[in-house]
Amino acid sequence: MIHQENCRYLLDSLSDYIDGTLGDELCTELERHLSDCENCQVVIDTLKKTIYLYKVTAGSPEVPEDVRQRLYHRLDLDEFLSM
Amino acid sequence: MSKEIPPKLFSLEALRKGDRSEFARLVETYSPMIYRLGLKMLDNTQDVEDMLQETFIKTFRHLSDFDGRSSLSTWLYRIATNEALMTLRRKRPDTISFDEPLADEAEPQEPLQIVDWCCMPEEELMSAEGRAYLDKAVASLPASLRVVFLLRDIEGLSTRESAEVLNLSEMAVKTRLSRARLQLRETLSTYYGEQQLG
Repeated sequence: MIHQENCRYLLDSLSDYIDGTLGDELCTELERHLSDCENCQVVIDTLKKTIYLYKVTAGSPEVPEDVRQRLYHRLDLDEFLSM
Repeated sequence: MSKEIPPKLFSLEALRKGDRSEFARLVETYSPMIYRLGLKMLDNTQDVEDMLQETFIKTFRHLSDFDGRSSLSTWLYRIATNEALMTLRRKRPDTISFDEPLADEAEPQEPLQIVDWCCMPEEELMSAEGRAYLDKAVASLPASLRVVFLLRDIEGLSTRESAEVLNLSEMAVKTRLSRARLQLRETLSTYYGEQQLG
């Protein structure tokens, strides 16, 4: 569990930090904090890994062929199924 | 960054006039993303299929109202998320609208799990069991957080686009995305922490 007040204060900045959208000042403050707070370093590393895992396992979206056929039929687009 | 297909690929004029060939191209292009969103938002494949069909039926009916101020994909995601919300509400009438403020919106969520599982081999992290757990973790998020996470981190919409889709402020999208990511990290840390000890 994170105990320091500073950790809690910076918690809401982690997501923006990962996205690269955190302001310069907060970014510097966060990086300074991360350099000597092992727990927060673990939180940010596992947070990054969490996002990474979801992105790589999402894969390319696909509609199963039977679902696609019923969709086209419902939309009266059967003639375009071979597109 | 959004994975939006450049709008110039579609003729809005043809779509508005009811050109079925152009509409079929639109369906072919966007149905996979809408289907994937449905699979993660709803827990029943028949509901997902219904949502997919209703999304494009409503799209076709309302193309003449589309003013082009937002992108076509943003507009489609808006219709799709509304369909998903209606389905969720049929099952659980207490499901709140995605644009309603959350009771604990301003409360930072404190991490409890400090377990470093980053160095676990990827084949373990992404095993069939691991993937099933990733899905379970997303499904356990409140719908208002889940939809933001899916639009931003899975579908690749920008903060602004997600805000447009959900009729939220950009700040609310950022806050909900942060909450969703932290909750997922917490859930996965419990699971992978146990796997490490295992």
